[in-house]
Amino acid sequence: MAYSDKVVDHYNNPRNVGSLPKDDPNVGTGLVGAPECGDVMKLQMKINPETQVIEEAKFKTFGCGSAIASSSLATEWVKGKTVSEALSIKNTDIVRELSLPPVKIHCSVLAEDAIKAAIRNWKTKHGVEAAAEEKVAH
Amino acid sequence: MEMAVKLPIYMDNHATTPVDPRVLDTMLPYFTGKFGNAASRNHSFGWSAEEAVENARSQIASLINATPKEIIITSGATESDNLMIKGVAEMYREKGNHIITQAIEHKAVLDTCKRLEKYGYEVTYLPVQRDGRVNLDDLRKAITPKTILITIMYANNEIGIINPIAEIGKIAKEHGVFFAVDGVQAVGKIPVDVQKDNIDLLAISGHKIYGPKGVGALYVRRRNPRVQISAIIDGGGHERGMRSGTLNVTGIVGLGKACEICQKEMPEESVRMRGLRDRLKDGLLNRLDEVYINGSMEHRLPNNLNMSFAYVEGESLLMGINDVAVSSGSACTSATLEPSYVLKALGVGEDLAHTSIRFGLGRFNTPEEVDYVIEKMVTVVNKLRELSPLYEMAKEGIDISKMKWQTA
Repeated sequence: MAYSDKVVDHYNNPRNVGSLPKDDPNVGTGLVGAPECGDVMKLQMKINPETQVIEEAKFKTFGCGSAIASSSLATEWVKGKTVSEALSIKNTDIVRELSLPPVKIHCSVLAEDAIKAAIRNWKTKHGVEAAAEEKVAH
Repeated sequence: MEMAVKLPIYMDNHATTPVDPRVLDTMLPYFTGKFGNAASRNHSFGWSAEEAVENARSQIASLINATPKEIIITSGATESDNLMIKGVAEMYREKGNHIITQAIEHKAVLDTCKRLEKYGYEVTYLPVQRDGRVNLDDLRKAITPKTILITIMYANNEIGIINPIAEIGKIAKEHGVFFAVDGVQAVGKIPVDVQKDNIDLLAISGHKIYGPKGVGALYVRRRNPRVQISAIIDGGGHERGMRSGTLNVTGIVGLGKACEICQKEMPEESVRMRGLRDRLKDGLLNRLDEVYINGSMEHRLPNNLNMSFAYVEGESLLMGINDVAVSSGSACTSATLEPSYVLKALGVGEDLAHTSIRFGLGRFNTPEEVDYVIEKMVTVVNKLRELSPLYEMAKEGIDISKMKWQTA
C-alpha cells in the first residue's frame, strides 16, 4: 500500500510522543482500541481548568502507520485548543488531512474516539457531568 | 558493512523468487528461433519444442524421484492443487465423497475443498498442533470408508513447518486412500521423494524455485497404485488428456532447468540457507526481548523464519524497514482485515499475530544483507516500542491480556 507523504512524515517524525502523569488532576487520558484488533491508542491532554485550554498533548500508539499518523496529528491539532474546540474535531478532518484510503478510515475514527475519551476522563476528574456540559455548549 | 549492501533487499522468497540467470539463458532461444508448438508433429520447429519439453519433464521428474510420464504441466501450483483435488474427487466419486485436509493449507487447497463441499463432498479440516504440524492420530481417526483423498501440504508457506509427510503417506497407503501434497514450498528446497514419501499427487510451482511465473507441474502416480484424474480444462487432449492447452514451452524449459539446478545444488544451498536463517534468528533474539518464533524450529524449511515482535504492529514495522521486502501476518497488510489464519490455527493470540513478520531467505541473499536486516529490525522495533502504549504498560507490570479493551 502506498502511503501519503503526510502519513510518512508523521510516521518518521511523530509529534508529541510520550506520556503525561495520569494521576495529575489536570491530565485526561484516553485509551482506545484493542491489541487483538491491531490498534491501541493512548492520548493524554493537560487541560487548564480555568481556561479549558489544552496546554499539552502526548500520545503512544500500537498500530499501523496510518494509526500512528492519525494520533500524532490529533495531538498537534488539540494543542492550544479549548475543550469544546477539540471536541469538534471529526474523523473526516483527519482522513482529509492525511489522505487516508477507505481501508484506513478506522484509524481516524479511533483518533477521534481517543480525543473524546481523554476529555471525558478529564471531565470525570473534575466532576463535570455530561449533562451540565451539554448546557454550557448550548 | 552497509556500504556493501545493495538496497532494496529482497527477503520474501516464499512469495516468489527471481528467475535464476542460468534459467533465463536456457529459456531465451525458445521465445524466438525455437518457437515451435510442441504438438506440431510434422516439422522441425515442433520437434525441437517437443524435445525441449520432454527434457524438462525428465528434469522435473528427477528432482522428486518420479518418471517423466508422471509429470503433467500446468499454469502453476494453484492449478495443480485444483487439478489434483478436483480431479480425484470427480474420478472417484463412486468410491466415496470424503476428503481430509488441514487448517493451514494454502488457499488454493482450502478454497478448492470448500467448493467441493458445495457439490456434496464432505471435507474434514484437521487442526494443527502448537508447532504447526498435523497430528497423526487425528488423521487416523478422521479416515472413514468414504475417504478418497488426504491432501496435506509438505511445508507451510507462512511458518515454514514441515509435516511428517512420509508417515502420512504410509497411513494413506495402509487405508487405500490417495495422498495429494501441495509441495510448493518444499520441492527444490528439501529432499522430496514421491516413492519414499508414498505421495500419489504432488503440486509444484516454477516461480518459487527460481523459475518463471505462470508454469507449474503436477506429479500423478502411474503405478502402485495408478492414479487417474478427471481433467478440469478440456480441449486438444494435451498432457494425455489431463490438461489441455498448447504447452508453454519457454516456461516449461525454465521450470526444468530450475529443477535441475535445485537438485544439483540442494546439499550446499540448504546448508547455506540454514546458516543465513540462523544468523538472522540469533541476531534478532540476542538483541531484542519479547520476540517469539512461530511454529516448530526443528521441523522447518531451512530458509524460513516467522517471528512475532510483541507490542509492535506488523504493518508499521514493514513501513519502518521499507528497504527490506518481507511480509507480515498483520491484518493491516491483508485485504480481509483478519490476521493470519495460519498463526491463529497454531493458537498464536491475535495480538501477537498482528506483530508477526515472515522472512524468506533465498539463493541470492548474503550474510551482509542479513546483518543489515538485523540492524534495521532492531532499530525500528525499539523505536516503535517507544511509541507503543502496550510496551509501556507491560513494563509497568500491567497484564495486557487481562485488560478490558474497548472493542468495536
